Amino acid sequence: MSVADRSRLPLVSRGVRLLLLALAGGLSYAVLSLPDQRVELSDQVSANMAASGVHNPVTAVLLNFRGYDTLLEMGVLLVALLGVWSLGTAVAHRRGGPGPVLSFLVEGLVPMMILMAGYLLWVGAAAPGGAFQAGSVLAAAGILLLLSSKRLPVRLVGRPLRLVLVLGLLAFVVVGVTLLSVNGIFLQYPPGLAGGLILFIEAAATLSIGVTLAALFLGGRPDSDT
Amino acid sequence: MEAVMVLQWGFDGMLAIALLLLAWRALRNPDLFTAIVLFIAFGLVMALVWVRLQAPDVALAEAAIGAGLTGALLLAALARLNDLDDSVDDSHTVDAEIK
Repeated sequence: MSVADRSRLPLVSRGVRLLLLALAGGLSYAVLSLPDQRVELSDQVSANMAASGVHNPVTAVLLNFRGYDTLLEMGVLLVALLGVWSLGTAVAHRRGGPGPVLSFLVEGLVPMMILMAGYLLWVGAAAPGGAFQAGSVLAAAGILLLLSSKRLPVRLVGRPLRLVLVLGLLAFVVVGVTLLSVNGIFLQYPPGLAGGLILFIEAAATLSIGVTLAALFLGGRPDSDT
Repeated sequence: MEAVMVLQWGFDGMLAIALLLLAWRALRNPDLFTAIVLFIAFGLVMALVWVRLQAPDVALAEAAIGAGLTGALLLAALARLNDLDDSVDDSHTVDAEIK
């Protein structure tokens, strides 16, 4: 069956369509029946900004007040990559080398993107930005490199690559467990150290997110011969 | 002040219509490649919508992950689908040759 035939099949069956309609109805009802008198979470956040170690409320929530969620997100990314890797090794692209336009773009863009990722990571403390944005810019640079058939040197594919992949989660857990043993609460940063700890975790997370997303694009476990 | 309000409403309305239209076209398009390109365009318009909703953090993430990376992943998956189809077609011709 060719791609064209497959895509001409009806997208959803009648039963699924009814189910989706019911879901949409339920969601609409839930949104419409939201109570007016909601807990003002944003007030709580702005009241505690001084203790968070950063000036951007979004980063404060993601890395400090709800750091636990972000830790689990790093875990989810890792599990997603494990799923892809378990499907098999990456298939070598059979196409030839990159054209002149792509090589020119890669040479110009990749250093700029690495710089941009560093900027987004740093600026995340005070303005929109942060680990996920910086990581995805880094991943885009990695995908450009993969598209122009550049590959990691074989000696870096094994343990070094895996170490970078788990670095974000590792940094998070190490900081969390250290704080747990010092003041008894998981991921409860002392206000004086919060800024530095958040930057440390975000730097590790940026590297991990970038490499994980680029590895997802490869679509399989990198082998020594790809 | 009135003119600015009207302009903003017009812009927001256009964004909303473009978003729904792109979503519909992406879902209903029979050609998978066109559907993916429409999905990427949807992600970029969605990023603009997040900016209008005063959520620049989400807008950045949407543009980078929602439009850029997901688009690249979908295109890679499509290339693999085509490769699979090609190899299936190849084996058909081989079978035909043997017969």
